[in-house]
Order: sequence, then C-alpha cells, then structure tokens
Amino acid sequence: METNRYVLERTVKGFFVHALLLVFSVTCLFPLFWMLRCALMTNATVFTDKSFIPGSLHFGNFAQAWTEGNFAVYFFNSLFYTTCVVVGIVLVASLAAYAFSRLNFPGKNFFFYMFVAAMMIPLPGSFVPLYRLMTVLGLINTRAGYILCMINVGLSMSILLLKTFFDKMPPDLEDAARIDGCSRLGIWRHVALPLARPAIAVIVIFNSLNVWNEYILATLLLNDKSLMPLQRGLMVFQGTHSVDYPLLMAGLTIAAIPIIVIYLAMQKHIVKGLSSGAIVG
Amino acid sequence: MNINSFSWPRLQDNLKNFSFAFPAIIIFSIFYIYPFFDIFRLSFHQWNGITPSMKYVGLQNFRELMGDAVWWQAMGHAAYITLIALTFQNILAFALALACDREIRMRRFYRVVFFIPPVLSEVVVGLIWQWILYAGMQDGQHIGLLNYWLTQTGLPQLAHNWLSDPKTALTCIAVVHCWKGFGWGFIMLLAGLQTIDRQLYEAARVDGANSWKLFTNVTVPMMVPVMLVVVILTVLGSMQVFVLVLSMVGQGLGYHTEVPVTRILAAMTGTNRFGYACAMGVNFGVILIMVSVAFKSLSGRLKQA
Amino acid sequence: MKKAVGFALCLMLLGGCGQRKEDLNTVTLWHWMTDRQKAFEELARRYEETTGIKVKIDLYAPSDAYTQRVVASAQSHVLPDIYGILDKKEIFASFIESGFVADLTEVFHKDDAAWEKSLFAKALDVNRFSEGNIYKVKPGIYGVPIDVTNIQMLYNKKLLAKAGIKNPPRTFQELLDAGQALKRVGIAGLVSGWGEIWMIDCFASNYAFNIMGEEKVMATYRGEVPYTDPDWIKVFNIFRELRDKGVLAEGIVTKPNKYAEQDFALERAAFAFNGSWCVNVYGDMNQKLEYGAMLPPPVNPNRPMRIWGGAGSSFVVNNASPRKDKAVAFLKWLTEKDQQAFLAGETKNLPSNREALASIPAILSQFAGVMDQTTHPTVWPYNEDAVVTEKFDKGIQSIIIGEKTPEEVAREVQEVKERELKKTKQ
Repeated sequence: METNRYVLERTVKGFFVHALLLVFSVTCLFPLFWMLRCALMTNATVFTDKSFIPGSLHFGNFAQAWTEGNFAVYFFNSLFYTTCVVVGIVLVASLAAYAFSRLNFPGKNFFFYMFVAAMMIPLPGSFVPLYRLMTVLGLINTRAGYILCMINVGLSMSILLLKTFFDKMPPDLEDAARIDGCSRLGIWRHVALPLARPAIAVIVIFNSLNVWNEYILATLLLNDKSLMPLQRGLMVFQGTHSVDYPLLMAGLTIAAIPIIVIYLAMQKHIVKGLSSGAIVG
Repeated sequence: MNINSFSWPRLQDNLKNFSFAFPAIIIFSIFYIYPFFDIFRLSFHQWNGITPSMKYVGLQNFRELMGDAVWWQAMGHAAYITLIALTFQNILAFALALACDREIRMRRFYRVVFFIPPVLSEVVVGLIWQWILYAGMQDGQHIGLLNYWLTQTGLPQLAHNWLSDPKTALTCIAVVHCWKGFGWGFIMLLAGLQTIDRQLYEAARVDGANSWKLFTNVTVPMMVPVMLVVVILTVLGSMQVFVLVLSMVGQGLGYHTEVPVTRILAAMTGTNRFGYACAMGVNFGVILIMVSVAFKSLSGRLKQA
Repeated sequence: MKKAVGFALCLMLLGGCGQRKEDLNTVTLWHWMTDRQKAFEELARRYEETTGIKVKIDLYAPSDAYTQRVVASAQSHVLPDIYGILDKKEIFASFIESGFVADLTEVFHKDDAAWEKSLFAKALDVNRFSEGNIYKVKPGIYGVPIDVTNIQMLYNKKLLAKAGIKNPPRTFQELLDAGQALKRVGIAGLVSGWGEIWMIDCFASNYAFNIMGEEKVMATYRGEVPYTDPDWIKVFNIFRELRDKGVLAEGIVTKPNKYAEQDFALERAAFAFNGSWCVNVYGDMNQKLEYGAMLPPPVNPNRPMRIWGGAGSSFVVNNASPRKDKAVAFLKWLTEKDQQAFLAGETKNLPSNREALASIPAILSQFAGVMDQTTHPTVWPYNEDAVVTEKFDKGIQSIIIGEKTPEEVAREVQEVKERELKKTKQ
C-alpha cells in the first residue's frame, strides 16, 4: 500500500512537472518552426499559404541567402570577432573578478563598483565620442578596434557574474593550493577557473550571442565590406521598404546555427558543473 | 593603509594583486570613461547634435526633466514591466531551473529548448507576436491567433484589440519581454544550482529534512548571491527595454507605451535635443544605480536572516 | 604583470597603424538604401569604364545606424566625398553652417541652368535654401535629388467592389460613407503606419492645408494662430470622425508602416495611406493585388488637396573633400536620363529626371502625375518646433484610441506651443 501511494504521488507530481515543462517547450519551439517554415517558402506564398507544412519546399533559399548575403566573408568575420571577444572577455574579466573577489589592493571596491555602475548608465549618443576616440587612436576601420570595443561592452556584466561565483568558492581550496606552492596566477588558473566553469559557460554564451547579433557598432566603426560581420549580410534582405522574408528567414536560420552549437557545447559545462566536494574528495 | 605600516613587500604585493584587474581597468578607462564624461558634459548644454556651437545652460536640462511628466510616466511604465519580469519571469526561471536540476527525464531537451527565445532574432519575435496579438478580421474570421483561439474555445467576448488598448498594451509587452528573457535567468540560476555542494543536501536529508526544508534551508541561502545577479540583470534589462516596444507598437498609443529609452531616442533623433537626451541618460543611470544598491542591501539582509 | 604590459604594448602597436594614403581618383559615397546597392554598384562600374574615376559605394543600413555614422563622422571631420542627410531641414542647415556641405548653386546654374531644368523642381526645392530662410543659410542649392516620391492614398479595387462602391471616394464625406459600407460587409477601411508618428503628421498636414490653407498653417507655426482655432479643431476632428465611423483599421495607431503595408498587400484593408515606394512592396508580397492611387479626399472642395512629396533621397557633396569636383561630376552623371531610367527600372522608384519618366509602370505614373500637387515641410518657410509636433501627433493617437476629444488635444498642444515660444524668446 505504502509503496503504491508513493509511486502514485510521484507519477502525478511528475506528470504536472512535465506538463508545465512541455507547455513552455512548445512556446519556445513554435517560433523556431515558424522561422524554418518561412525560410522554405517563396515571397509570393509566405503570407498567403496557410497550410501547416507548405506544399513545395524551397531548400534553395538557404544557398541563395548564403551567396546573396555574401555570407562567405561575413560569416567568418563574425566567427573571428566572436572568438576573439569571448576569449578576451573570459581572460580579462576572470582575472579582474578574481582580484575583486579574492585579492586585496587599495581602491578595490571603488573599481568594482565603477564597473557595476557603468552597466547601469545608458550612454545616449555615446557613438559620437566613441567614434572620435577611435579616430584619434587610429582604431577606426580595424578589427582590433571593433574587438576591443566589444570586449568593453561585455566586461561589466561578466565581472559581476564571475565575482559572484568566486565569492562562493570555499577558501580552504585556495589555502591548500597555496601550501602546495601555487602562485596567485596558478591558483587563478588551476583552482578558480575550473570551479567557476558553469559561470564561465554562461559568460561565453552571453557574450557570443551579444557579439554575434551586434550590428550598430560595426556599422559605426568599420568601413570596409571585408571587415563587416554577419548581421550586415542579413541587411541585404531587409530593404529600406521591402523585405524578402523567405531569404531573411533562411539567413536568420543560418545565423542561428553557430549560436545554438555554442550553447550546446557550453551547456554541458553548466550541467556537469563539478561540485566543490568532488574536487577535494 | 596608514603610513606607518608602509613596506616594500606590501606595496609589491598590492601591485601584483592590482595587476590582475589592470587589463580590465585599462580597457574600461579607454572605452568608457571618455564617452561618459563627454555625455556628462553635454547634459549641461543645449545642442542639436551637429552645430559647432553649443550653448551652456547649466542645470536647466535637469530642471526641465524633473518637471517632464512624460519622462516620469515612461519611468513608471518601465517599472511596471520590471515588476512583472522580477516576479513572473524570475519565478518561472527559478522553477524551471529547479526542475531541470533534478534527475528528470528529457532534461537535456528542456535545457536546450528554453534557451531558444533569447537566441531568436528580434525580427522573428516581432513578426510572431504581431501575428498572435493581431486585432483585425478578414472574411469574418480573426486573423490574430489569440483572438482566433478565444473565439474557437467559446470565449469570443474576450477577443480584444490587445496592442491598441492602453489597458492591455503594456502588459502584452511585458509578457513577451518575459518570454524572450526567461532563458537567461534559467541558465544563470541553473549554473548557480550546479555549484551547490551535493553533500549539503545529503547532510540535511540525513538530519530528516523534507523537500521543502531542503529548499528553504539549503537551496535558497546558497542561491542568494546568484539570485541577486539575476535580479540586477533583470532590472537592467527590463528598465532599458525598447527594441521590443518599437517592434510591437512602434511609437504608438499616445504616451501609454513610452519607456525611458524610447524617450531618450525621441529627444535625440526626433526633436534633436541632444543635451536633453544626455541629461535623461544621466538621470536614468542614477535611478538604476539606486535601485541596484537597494536590492544589494536587501540581499545582504536576506543572507543574514 | 607581464601579460598586462604585453597587452598595453599591443594596444599601442595597433594604434600606430591605420592611416591610409589619400587616393585622388577614388570617390567614396555613403548611403543607406539597401535595395539600391546593386544598382549603384553597377552604375559605378559603368562610370569607371567611361571616365576612369572609381566610385566606392558604401552601404550602411538601416538608416538609424547610417544617421549615427554620419553624425559621428561629421564630428570627427572624416565625412566621405558624397553622402546623404536624413534629417529635418534644421539639421541640414546645421551641416551647411558647419561647413560639411558644398554649395552646388553655381554648377546647377551653369549653361543656362541646364542641370537644374532637367530635374523635378519639387525635388530640388527640398535641397534649396531660399532668400531670407529662417535658418540664415546662404541661399542656394545644396543637394542632388536622385529620385522623387510622394505620399497618397491607395484603394483596393476588388474590396471596394465587394462593398458595392463603384468609384473611389472624391470627398471626405464619401470616404466616411465608403468606410461604413465596407464595415457592413466586414472589411477594414483605412490602414497606414500610424505607429510611426511622422505618417500621422503627414496625413494631418494634408488636411490642415486643405482646410485652412498654407498661409494659416504657417501663421500657426509662427505662433500667431493658436491650435485651439476652429480650423485646427476641424483637423483634429477628421481623426475622430474616421474613428467614430469605423473607417480606421483595428490597431492602426500601433502599426509600424511595414505591418500596415502587409495588411494592404494581403487585402485585409480597402484603403491605405502610403508613399510611392509601396509599389515595390506590394508587388513583392502579392502580385495579384489590384489597386489604384488617389489623393486623400478633401474636406474643403474649394481648395486643392496638397500632399507631401519631393526628393525621395538626395546626396550632398562634402565641402572639405579634395575630390569635390569629381564628386559633383559623378552626381551630375547619376541624374542624367539614361542612369535615371536604369535606376527607376531596377528599383521601381520615381526618377528625379523628368525625361526618364517615359518607361515607368502605370501605377507609378499615377504617382508621378500628382507631383505638381506636392509640398513638404522642408520647402515651407517655417517649421513647427519638433517638441510641439510630437505632442500634436501623439495627441491624434489619443483621439484615435478614444481617450481624448479634439478640443482637449488642441488645448494641450497649444500649451506646449506657448511654452516653447516662451523658451525661444528668452
């Protein structure tokens, strides 16, 4: 009797949890399906064909979007920018967050709150001084200039999140490493970073998405077509007035793939985030 | 540090520690400080954004802003959206993260699926919701999905002009905002849950704690710092919402759907009052900092409790 | 520490390079028109073939991003040889005042004003500053229009027939009647992108000119006639009547123009208020759409209806450019008949060169036919303060959603007007 009731209770509970999760999954999956569906239609049918799965599927749209959007160039530019910015942010932010969390130096709190405050203040029209600055530094129309700007954009949030995770780190691990003769940099590399893996995964996802979708800053800072990121390619389908929806959707689908790949790769680290006990043990 | 305790090793130590934060600080100072002071300076001027001459007006922009009813109304709208996001979105994100933290079937699938909305392009989100909330009819049938469903399920009296009614427009925007954003809270909270030491649960369970006790005594206290980050990011994201507003209702509905960033944009490009826009930005930043400080001290108290 | 030093060094190294040599035979053009990039590039290729001058066509879209870029480059004095200014006349004047724009009057007037005469006068007017203009800019022509556009009403022939309406409405009363007839058979009346406030402004301005005439509108802008004047109440009342008679499509005030265009193209509404670019948009979405263009039906039959129109897009030449003459020569070539016909054919926009009009589609010539009736804020001697305009347009939105009466809105707009007048006097 007892076990039966327990099993029943668990089944009912499980049913409700799954029902809730499934409902949300459907709302999340629907737009993805819709985007794919539009990507396979033509401009003439995209708004008129009401069938669930359109009669004729135009897989050629993807190839057309790839060539017309000049994705061959833009896609790899975006990959390059995303990689550089994300690696840069993870290095710079984790060093800084570690210092703010674990090390002591005068002005530590001041600097930390400066970063946090910067996140809060929107700078309307900051593009004018930024452009002037980049011109003076000779960084206008360079990959380096764009990458540094984007690193700056993601820095505050990354430092805040990483510091929160470092703060939770048990101090005895560091002490153990210190006794083993680890330097500060060594502790950061071998103790702090592995422990903060879930947080780093979140930061990688967050910043990848941010850089991948960024467009305004790129338009502002880059002149050469050969330097432009992916979003520039997508603009081709969104005319000043008319929009080529199927090609745009095909382009958006192509553009979404790398982000989903990054997410799939990173969420493993969130899932497998090692509990601190496991390391010590 | 006081002078008496000065010593070389200590200075060296401090310098070494400081060098960890140095790259971040240098990038920040180059790319943020200068634009910030430029904006700050402009907020004391009257300027159309292009003429070589600008007029110094002192605090006039700020004084005018204090009496700008539309600005404070916009602030109220953003606060409303933020409130919904803080409660609805974050509770949802936390519940889903808790569910996916447990050993349930298909959790891999859920983890991936819940992150789809943040990845989706704004274009797709705008088009989809436009279609769902569409108010018009064609050939005697509702075009909008929501109104269509309501009619089909026997609730035609609930069919409604969702986006053009001041009573529902802002709530619709808030709901879409939550839908688009809960994935972020979800993965951050999930990441936070993963770092909780499993031994803590085991220990509590040995002490005879039930699931609810485990949740309130182990999970919540351990999660307060991460929750604070999520709360702060939610506040920032929701207060600064605007792309979604523009794609859903344009500049429409009188002043009922204005939010601070759309006001800043209107001042900058619509009415060409650059200095005023800068003053708005500074004012907005100060308010956001105050809100964040309030949440921080609140979480400090929560942690102690 | 090593890392930090290395990093700083990298920064400095990166800072060192960048400046490039000036090439006097390459003219750079910045624009925002995604759909014309291919056509422009093709024309640039032809131009290089005939003259040996290379024209680099750089596209920066969408137009918001483009505008930011132009403003930022102007502040840093790195504008290209040719660019466009997408803003109000006041800002155009500021660009001129700051020395960013070359005065083209002489070139236009050369050879008995041959260039000037070849283009639509209305399109040139947008780029002209007349004698005694309020911006105190030296009178002259400062930009080159490359196409023309105007904004009028469109009607769906099939839907009108379905409601038993034989002819498109000629008066405002007929429009109201048509709207009611359509409503009876469950068809939405007028759809337009009134989620973008400039489109409301445009519609209201059309009727203001019709009801009280240009002189009185200008007097209002100068502050001599209040918005609470009965004529202005009549203008506000237009919107209340359209709303009360159910002529407006559901949710019109929250529709960005893109969505409004979709509605008309998919035959969800019988009337639209839209610009000549719509021919392109509708054609893309629904080739079977049967529609015609008409002027917004007048309230006052004794005064002709005026609509907004003029240059669709214009280019200016950078005054500081060492390639100024070459830039002007290219723009002149761009507005010649053959190039204009090519552009019009490729992009389905109205050409700014009159001689190129011959070969355009029928619906486009309906737009071209009313060019003489166009007017535009950029050609008026006075413009309303943008703060007042915002209040005006937002007020109309409030009337449409039924939360304010025309009288209330008029009062509120007048309050703002008086406040702004006081400010300028100080």
